[in-house]
Amino acid sequence: MPKVKVDGIEVEVPQGATVLQACEAAGKEIPRFCYHERLSIAGNCRMCLVEVKPGPPKPQASCALPAAEGQEVRTDSAMVKAAREGVMEFLLINHPLDCPICDQGGECDLQDQSLAYGRSHSRYTENKRAVTEKYMGPIIKTVMTRCIQCTRCVRFGEEVAGVEDIGAIYRGEDMQITTYLEKAFKSELSGNAVDLCPVGALTHKPVAFEYRPWELRKNLSIDVMDAVGTNIRADSRGRQVMRVLPRINEDVNEEWAHDKTRYHVDGLVRRRLDRPFVRKDGKLVPVSWDEAFDAIAAVAKGAGSSVAAIAGDLLDCETMFAAKSLVKAMGSDLIESRQTGMSYDVSSLGAVAFNPTIAGVEDADAILLIGTNLRWEAPLINTRVRKAIKKGAKVFAIGPEMDLTYKVEWLGNDLGVLGTLPESLAQAFDGAKRPLAIVGPGALAKGHGAALAFAKSANLVRTLEDGTAWNGFGVIHTAAARMGALMLGFAQKGGIGDIFRAAPKLTFFLGADEADFAMFANSFKVFIGHHGDKGAHHADVILPSATYAEKPGTYVNLEGRVQRADRAVFPLGDAREDWTILRALSEKLGHTLTFDSFEELRAAMAAEVPALGTEGLAGYSWDAPALAPDAEGPIAYPIQDFYLTNAICRASPTMQRCSAELLHGEDYAEAAE
Amino acid sequence: MLGDKDRIFTNLYGYQPWNLSSARMRGDWDNTAQLMQLGQDTIIDRIKASGLRGRGGAGFPTGTKWSFMPKEPSPTRPNFLVINADESEPGSCKDREIIRHDPHKLIEGALIAGFAMRARAAYIYIRGEYIREAETLFAAVAEAYDAGLIGRNASGSGYDFDVFVHRGAGAYICGEETAMLESLEGKKGQPRLKPPFPAGAGLYGCPTTVNNVESIAVAPTILRRGPEWFSSFGRENNKGTKLFQISGHVEKPCVVEEAMSIPFRELIEKHCGGIRGGWDNLLAVIPGGSSVPLVPAAEIMDVPMDFDGLRAVGSGLGTAAVIVMDKSTDIVRAIARLSYFYKHESCGQCTPCREGTGWMWRVMERLRTGDADISEIDTLQQLTKQVEGHTICALGDAAAWPIQGLIRHFRPEIERRIHEKQGSGLGAMQEAAE
Repeated sequence: MPKVKVDGIEVEVPQGATVLQACEAAGKEIPRFCYHERLSIAGNCRMCLVEVKPGPPKPQASCALPAAEGQEVRTDSAMVKAAREGVMEFLLINHPLDCPICDQGGECDLQDQSLAYGRSHSRYTENKRAVTEKYMGPIIKTVMTRCIQCTRCVRFGEEVAGVEDIGAIYRGEDMQITTYLEKAFKSELSGNAVDLCPVGALTHKPVAFEYRPWELRKNLSIDVMDAVGTNIRADSRGRQVMRVLPRINEDVNEEWAHDKTRYHVDGLVRRRLDRPFVRKDGKLVPVSWDEAFDAIAAVAKGAGSSVAAIAGDLLDCETMFAAKSLVKAMGSDLIESRQTGMSYDVSSLGAVAFNPTIAGVEDADAILLIGTNLRWEAPLINTRVRKAIKKGAKVFAIGPEMDLTYKVEWLGNDLGVLGTLPESLAQAFDGAKRPLAIVGPGALAKGHGAALAFAKSANLVRTLEDGTAWNGFGVIHTAAARMGALMLGFAQKGGIGDIFRAAPKLTFFLGADEADFAMFANSFKVFIGHHGDKGAHHADVILPSATYAEKPGTYVNLEGRVQRADRAVFPLGDAREDWTILRALSEKLGHTLTFDSFEELRAAMAAEVPALGTEGLAGYSWDAPALAPDAEGPIAYPIQDFYLTNAICRASPTMQRCSAELLHGEDYAEAAE
Repeated sequence: MLGDKDRIFTNLYGYQPWNLSSARMRGDWDNTAQLMQLGQDTIIDRIKASGLRGRGGAGFPTGTKWSFMPKEPSPTRPNFLVINADESEPGSCKDREIIRHDPHKLIEGALIAGFAMRARAAYIYIRGEYIREAETLFAAVAEAYDAGLIGRNASGSGYDFDVFVHRGAGAYICGEETAMLESLEGKKGQPRLKPPFPAGAGLYGCPTTVNNVESIAVAPTILRRGPEWFSSFGRENNKGTKLFQISGHVEKPCVVEEAMSIPFRELIEKHCGGIRGGWDNLLAVIPGGSSVPLVPAAEIMDVPMDFDGLRAVGSGLGTAAVIVMDKSTDIVRAIARLSYFYKHESCGQCTPCREGTGWMWRVMERLRTGDADISEIDTLQQLTKQVEGHTICALGDAAAWPIQGLIRHFRPEIERRIHEKQGSGLGAMQEAAE
């Protein structure tokens, strides 16, 4: 633990810390462009220069210099001030003065730091350099004249995304950042490069010129595009969410978010259900809320207790709890959340949760992926696997071969492999301290038992030498609502099959668009949702509700982490928050629910499932059920199209374009000009 | 003057063939195994005692550099020797002569130096433009392998040592030691941050020493003739013999091996037939390759040509590439051309060099034609100070120093051009009167 003096303030920093970190520990701000905590050190912007004694009589790049015992660092000397001014002047000589029309304006590191550390005027009278725009795909808009060659995007692509598409060509003042052959930056995480860009060289293409950062209201929320539970900030202007940015949460998403999380927002205002509809003579007709409720009440009278509720993928726990309460009040317990027809044993939530925790993946030293396309099912867990590999982990996988952005030993595409694992895997797992098996939705239905058997034989659940517990059995879900739904009991033993075998006369579809509606042909289908997607097409009554951004809610991610989101904007048109719809309907049906406010609803939910009452890991107990230990059959990854997995993305022009261009190879390059 | 008997590079001018049999006649590869039997530490001690300082420009003591290498390399992280033959400094041409005519001195030196630092292999990184030289070097290495001098049980010493020759692609920056390692690894030639230094983590992350061709090539002879012999030349702290490369306005430009610390005047008179047009016609000298500041005629005449002597006049020995300029030289244009070179060769990695070299060149071009304001001379001086010492590698310094030398010694000349272009007060008035 070296002790360092920064401007006379003595600080102690951990071994291996840099001088920059020491300065921050002392409360000194060090300007920087290329340095980023989560990327390797490049040391090329030279903005973080400080004076260090002992050392050569010239300023040192603090980001790359290890802090050593007895160093004396000055961040306020004349030498440092001159160095910063000099570097800033160099950065600005070829940077265009187009801040008024730059989307980065207002949140630009170069703007801020030139104000704080630069000179008031420029001595540069030559012509400025102009650089042609580069094509980087449907997400990233480039204005390369603004680029200051910090190479953050290059390092992000290489190190975090694992896609070596971005690089620098040419040298000296002609150096340019570009993608390989000017093809798109093909990563699910490409949007993060825009956040990393300290200037306006990379900006968000879908929202170019749409807003100024100071116009936006920042609302804390939780992402529902996958089950990772990325912490996000939904920035809104008026009644529209303009953009989504990740918030820092080291346990979940670090500071990343994938492109679906960020760019589905234009789908929030398109194809929306903004008034109730009732099917009359085979056609959906707009009606008032009262008429819609009357239509349901008429059916409910005859249905009695023959009622069911199917929960969709994007729901908050409160909505599901309200629906469950209503169905229960009507005398039924037919509730299910696995709408696509998957069924697996849920008698122990620990056996279907991601037990190692997302951050824990980094520490794993042997990893077996069973039927999971992590890159699409949970991109932010994939980045953790990359980090584990960097620390020396070995990765095996069972499933159809694909590019996961790292080296994987593929064992075959049949669940039967779990019974005949090769020697190389046994060796790796025998020597591993923190072995990890990740079971994806492609294998969960058929291979749950076999995976649990592997967990037992490989001793994945163990106590480590230091006495802490390690549970190396993780299940990947793809629906944000799934773990919450399972906690609330939205699961039948036989999955959704049990529901349609019971032939309910009245079925509530809560934002459920992926269900097989043909099986409910004889049921009166009430769709409570926000997008005119498959569910709305088949509905007999449509009750317009709120998207995740338009209501507060509780979400549980695949680890069992309970997180709360705030409302960002109000629902569109006549749409209402889901729980208020159910509450109003319950009165009409004569089964009035007991809560009159959101707070009461939450309290009632917490009373029934206490874990949902507090934020943080729910802490499922590990009590693996006894299931048949063998399995066979080929594995298929359920996600066919990463960009179009739910009703919101399917309504989003940006996501449609990503899908067309990045997955189906349509050429949009010309349109970019 | 250095006697012929004391020359290390006896075939510098190619009067004899370069091949192995001729090299053996000149004494190379003469019982190399015996030299190696001295033991690693003894070899390093003797090189230290000889006072040999690195010949690539920085002048770091070679023996000391070798001693930084781990004494017991692990099998998974072997030591490497990288020999810098990417001789691209304007004015320098000594490595070319060595490789052309005496490649076996280099290869034998590689074996001995590699053995002394416990290296597994040596990589010779040769400049891309040295096409014939590379061919010679490839052939010489093949000869050495065939004769069992390198490879398994090199020279019968029981030590396994490989020599690989790698051709560069013509980037000046790849002569910087860490950029060279990047380039060897197949990456874009951009200097690395230090620390870690190559001796800790160099080529492929393994301990590596990067040495100049000349430093390596003189090692066998130093060991054969003894460190005392080598240190009998030159002043204290600047020992040995050195290849000087004199170009420019002398009667007979040449590459010549001379004792260190030889006075400038003697060097020119003895080997180059004097300055073109006589000593009064001398304007300035760049004594160590393009990246050191120039020294005006009056100051350079009697300076001993060594590291400390040239530092005393505000310049440096560099690679001892002496560029002589007489009074016919457009000195501003000459330095502007060097500025263009550095602008062209900057790798673009770090800000001050990437942006600064271009700016400096553009200002220099305007100073050349006089299209500038007097105050811009001071701006330019400040710019060079803003680049110098703020960059990752020394290219920024190298780009700044020639300009600083110019402003320090030839400011009146620059000002004269600006005044002339703007017109003297009288001329302007006359024009206005018409």
